[in-house]
Amino acid sequence: MERTIRVLVAKPGLDGHDRGAKVIARALRDAGMEVVYTGLRQTPEQIVQAAVQEDVDVIAMSILSGAHNHLFPRVTELLAEKKVDDVLVIGGGVIPEGDYEFLKSKGIAAIFGPGTPTGTTVEFIRTHLKR
Amino acid sequence: MSGNEKLKVELERWNAGVDKSLAKHPERRKDFVTGSKAPVERLYTPADLAGREYLDDIGLPGEYPFTRGVQTTMYRGRFWTMRQYAGFATAEESNKRYKFLLEQGQTGLSVAFDLPTQIGYDSDHPLSAGEVGKVGVAIDSLADMELLFDGIPLDKVSTSMTINAPAAVLLAMYIAVAEKQGVTADKLNGTIQNDILKEYVARGTYIFPPEPSMRLITDIFAYCSKEVPAWNTISISGYHIREAGSTAVQEVAFTLADGIAYVEAAIKAGLDVDEFAPRLSFFFNAHNDLFEEVAKFRAARRLWAKVMKERFGAKSPKSWMLRFHTQTGGSTLTAQQPDNNVVRVAIQALAAVLGGTQSLHTNSRDEALALPTEESVRIALRTQQIIANESGAAETVDPLAGSYYVESLTNRIEDEAWNYIRKIDSLGGAVKAIEHGFVQQEIQDAAYAYQMDVESGERVVVGLNKFQVKESAPEGLLRVDPSVGASQTAKLKALRAKRDSSKVESALAALKAASKSDANLMPPIVEAVKAYATLGEICDVLRATFGEYQQKVTI
Repeated sequence: MERTIRVLVAKPGLDGHDRGAKVIARALRDAGMEVVYTGLRQTPEQIVQAAVQEDVDVIAMSILSGAHNHLFPRVTELLAEKKVDDVLVIGGGVIPEGDYEFLKSKGIAAIFGPGTPTGTTVEFIRTHLKR
Repeated sequence: MSGNEKLKVELERWNAGVDKSLAKHPERRKDFVTGSKAPVERLYTPADLAGREYLDDIGLPGEYPFTRGVQTTMYRGRFWTMRQYAGFATAEESNKRYKFLLEQGQTGLSVAFDLPTQIGYDSDHPLSAGEVGKVGVAIDSLADMELLFDGIPLDKVSTSMTINAPAAVLLAMYIAVAEKQGVTADKLNGTIQNDILKEYVARGTYIFPPEPSMRLITDIFAYCSKEVPAWNTISISGYHIREAGSTAVQEVAFTLADGIAYVEAAIKAGLDVDEFAPRLSFFFNAHNDLFEEVAKFRAARRLWAKVMKERFGAKSPKSWMLRFHTQTGGSTLTAQQPDNNVVRVAIQALAAVLGGTQSLHTNSRDEALALPTEESVRIALRTQQIIANESGAAETVDPLAGSYYVESLTNRIEDEAWNYIRKIDSLGGAVKAIEHGFVQQEIQDAAYAYQMDVESGERVVVGLNKFQVKESAPEGLLRVDPSVGASQTAKLKALRAKRDSSKVESALAALKAASKSDANLMPPIVEAVKAYATLGEICDVLRATFGEYQQKVTI
């Protein structure tokens, strides 16, 4: 039997907009994944710690405050420091397309902007798992 | 036969004809619904309003129950206040944007603060990293506030500040800046949002737990009723509840339930209802369903008037009036074909005006992508000016009154909102309902249902799930200079070196003592601000006494 995919949905930084994070958490759950949602105001350290503790396959971060270029790469850096290389990291929110390349170069596998159907994210996760 | 009986007969005859025509020409869909998924009938007639008395239900403008508006002549006297929410980067940068907006004919200011400011952290706090100046202006101390309003006479403008958990501190800074300009507090006009309950359910910039937060709010009510009498001490907000995904009915119900909780807290703190209630104001969203939104504003006014008069026994008509600000719906904007958003905003703004708003912010077309550019902000402001000066919507009071459809919707929204309010009452009031997660769950369910409707194509969003085009990445978006964090940190360091630190310490000690007593917290906060204590230092004192709120996580 296929293993259940485990996802950490995380809200890094001080941003309080969690509509998207909660919708995506529920959509992933409805797609048969196990979802842990961190709640608001998580530091990159807390997110990585939760990811390791919960042994997740995916970290899905949502941010709408504009702090993505600072906070997303911190998460991948911390994962690298902990020698975790088999967790898929993705992001979403209000993020200008001009920042996508930079974020990808920092190990964020994909960015899902406003209007992305949840099915697109589900499909991406299924086809890009690292373990 | 009476008119109503005759109508009934005629409707039966007409319906039989409709059935025949449907066999040949079916309607576009089986069920028609509003933007909030409430059922919409094919036709509305006087039969839908049977049993309703015009004078009891709708009445006259400026009179109970205020269905038609809170002013007697509405926009024939003067237009609503055109107030664009703005602020980013440093105080200097935002000050420039405010002066630009005032030059463009804007009539009030609306300050956006960055997240560290909204959560009571200084710019050099570790949690502020990456967030300084991003979604609003960074304010660390009175020194920043002085720069923010430099050259703007505070007795001439009205200023709205979107600040909640640390609202007392920012209001104290505003009072202190005015004093330096030679303007006394009784001349100040404006609003602080100061609505913590919706932060717990929808917006997220809370600091303290509910009980001390409610105390801070009632302290502000009491202080302002004496010292800053023209100030709107709270803006009870449905805007963010709607943005989080609620329906129109939930927006009205949860906002007014929060309002009831504030009134109860203030009465419990010993305040007289007619002393503080006239300074309560509201803040609503405007989404795309024109008629449902207009009905929502009208229903909210009528409901609040009844709550204040009947439930709280307020005597002054000013206490019964629901005055509100409106912002168009950020979450309705698409990142796809962003120029289409100008049209959405125009429809939403028209709804707000037809619904009798007191002030209005129109969103800019590029807000699904980034903070708006100056050009986009100008189009958004021009949209309001076109509605005001060219559309004719402002020439008579409450022009949609008497529409069978709009009056029916108004009645339905009011009835359904009452049902929610009774449910919340049965849970022990808004604070308890939030602690249980009831309000959050209701909003999330509606948000998820909306998303599924968009994905199934049941709900059409132009450019997003229908009428798409291939697009290249948008250009010319506004970017906040990432060096803001470093420059704010340097400013803070200089401030801490320059200020009289013994004065700061004694002011903070006085605040600490007050926080542990029943004393009103506003006077010691004003003193601390004047001594150039930072926002973070002041909030830390309160954190030490009050503790911090732990979010109830639900998905």
